[in-house]
Amino acid sequence: MKPLAIIGGRIVDPAGALIEGGILVVDRRIAAIGHFDLPAEASVIEAKGALVAPGLVDLGAFAIDMRAFAAGGITRAALMPDQSPPLDNSALVQRAAAAGKPDVWIHPLAAATRGLEGHELAEIGLMKAAGACAVATGRGWIADSGVMHRLLSYAGALGITVISHAEDAGLTAHAVATSGETATRLGLASAPAIAEAMAVARDLALVEDTGARLHFRQVTTARALDLIRAAKLRGLPVTCGISPAHLFLSDMAVTGFRTFARLSPPLRDEADRLACLAAIADGTIDVICSAHDPQGPEAKRLPFADAEPGMAGAETLLALSLGLVRDHLIDLSRLFALLSFNPARLLGIPGGTLAVGAEADLILVDPDAPWRIDADRMAGAAGNTPFDSLPVQGRVLRTIKGGQPVG
Amino acid sequence: MPDAAAPRPSPDRPVDHVFPHRHLTGIYGLKPWEISFLLDEAEQWVALNRGRTKHDDRLAGLTQINAFFENSTRTLLSFEIAGKRLGADVVNMAVAQSSVKKGETLIDTAVTLNAMRADVIVIRHEASGAVQLIADKVDCPVLNAGDGRHEHPTQALLDALTIRRRKGRIEGLTVAICGDVLHSRVARSNIIALTALGATVRVVGPPTLIPAAIERMGVERFTDFDAGLEGADVVMMLRLQRERMAGGFVPSPREYHALYGLTPERLARAAPDALVMHPGPMNRGVEIASSVADDVERSAITEQVEMGVAVRMACLDVLTRGRRGVEGWA
Repeated sequence: MKPLAIIGGRIVDPAGALIEGGILVVDRRIAAIGHFDLPAEASVIEAKGALVAPGLVDLGAFAIDMRAFAAGGITRAALMPDQSPPLDNSALVQRAAAAGKPDVWIHPLAAATRGLEGHELAEIGLMKAAGACAVATGRGWIADSGVMHRLLSYAGALGITVISHAEDAGLTAHAVATSGETATRLGLASAPAIAEAMAVARDLALVEDTGARLHFRQVTTARALDLIRAAKLRGLPVTCGISPAHLFLSDMAVTGFRTFARLSPPLRDEADRLACLAAIADGTIDVICSAHDPQGPEAKRLPFADAEPGMAGAETLLALSLGLVRDHLIDLSRLFALLSFNPARLLGIPGGTLAVGAEADLILVDPDAPWRIDADRMAGAAGNTPFDSLPVQGRVLRTIKGGQPVG
Repeated sequence: MPDAAAPRPSPDRPVDHVFPHRHLTGIYGLKPWEISFLLDEAEQWVALNRGRTKHDDRLAGLTQINAFFENSTRTLLSFEIAGKRLGADVVNMAVAQSSVKKGETLIDTAVTLNAMRADVIVIRHEASGAVQLIADKVDCPVLNAGDGRHEHPTQALLDALTIRRRKGRIEGLTVAICGDVLHSRVARSNIIALTALGATVRVVGPPTLIPAAIERMGVERFTDFDAGLEGADVVMMLRLQRERMAGGFVPSPREYHALYGLTPERLARAAPDALVMHPGPMNRGVEIASSVADDVERSAITEQVEMGVAVRMACLDVLTRGRRGVEGWA
């Protein structure tokens, strides 16, 4: 393989500030950063002032959607175990892990319980050996505290992180929205937002007891974020994530029975949305994920309560998140920590950094390029975005995985 | 919907009024004078229906499809009679006979009804928002006959007409809507209609059956039945579904009746001439005592049914004026 040189860019590294210059890739790895002697045989990409950043590491996609990942600058995606059948044995994990290579690497998350039913532990140890980098409870919370306690002790001993969905199942039974004015006006079955804090509170108590590492995939309410903030201060091994939907939309987006805004957890009220932004700024939130869950019209063109939850999020992840930098909530290096470095460390996989010797997973980004999100023109499997027709800024120009252009 | 055709914002209906909505999917979105316009239109049908020849041919040649995805006897019958009295060819599609049971999607059903060239479609469905979904896919006017917990606009119109005829006005009255507000599309449509027309609206019921943030719809919330009834001019009782009485939302029908059942003693707390209403069908002895329901002085329950036919005739007439080429409406 010929060396690849990217020149004339601005290099973003989660560890530091912007560096003017380029990156030299030799044998799939970063050989030099900044200014270097261009090897005669190298192929050259002119960045023309574009940002050169680590490829995004997406913690929690529900589908292997290569075109969406490539368009969104995602070079590694953790695949949720909610597949058909669920990823609850080592053969399925192995197959999923091989699905994306060489373009985008898929890192399967092992189902925490058999069939994701929340009752019996799945073969976590064997799935870890087969390539699972974490275990996940899937779309649902494990309602049985005994099962969750055993899961955390067992996974903790194996040194593997548990990724949990946090919504108390008793409160959220049949609910399709957050209780409040919008759900009341529309006549939608709803659950109080406190369902999230209740689930988080129990799981934090179990973390305290077992010492196991726990990541809440999406935390979306002020009260739950307060609990996590306090737990981190006490030194508990806890992290949490969020998707751009909960940062930029409130439950008002559901008005008109818009099924593209039917999400899990559901959109919250404006006060909770603002608390999520504050938690991004103060570091309580560690990860921004796409929650990518492409759903076609057969799952979305239905009465609201009958539609499947979920949104196509991979392609819009970076452009929407760049809004946080434009609003001066965080700087670029912190943004890429949230989108790339943190999720990679959390999963214990390579990526998220542009250090010499690291695997050359990187993207070229024009952070100012304007475009309009269009549900009818998405590159991925489906266009179910709640951000349809929103103007955004920030385009992924190139996605490079292991030194090879993707897409 | 374009507001350009709307008249100047005055409670007095201008002569050249045009109802600017293609469908009637809910009371939400209607302006106060548009609601009053429909009530005014209904008055002529009350008169006709009380005469010997209950017939008018203005909808002759038009096809009205009543697509009821949820069981209903009274509302379906009311819409059928309304359509027939206006001369329309009325076809009923009941869920038991439909292909919905075979897995056809709602959109496909809508497209099918549309292809049969219906001139007006009346829809009831158990899912909130389902009627809007269909209305977006068909070329003819759609009338919502109840969608989930969302809206039941003709019920609110018939209730408003009943109140207006019995009390002479709606503005300034205090209306207590009592019972299972959480699951009630009747309550939601009535809250929007009555507050728009200037009434003070209270919702009264057990806290488990009052939806969150209901105050944001411009109503007062009461969990004490007696306090909620105090001085009310209209007491509107809601039906409590059997399956919600057995411990899920209230402990038992017996306890519900003791705490939230309308009895003559309870009614004495309301205004001396308070009107009692119920959308039916009633659970006698649960939310309402028979002696109250059957009190001809106080109860407007049978009158509500009568007004239902008139209001539905008005809606069918107004919504089809465009396609009938009525002058000023085409």
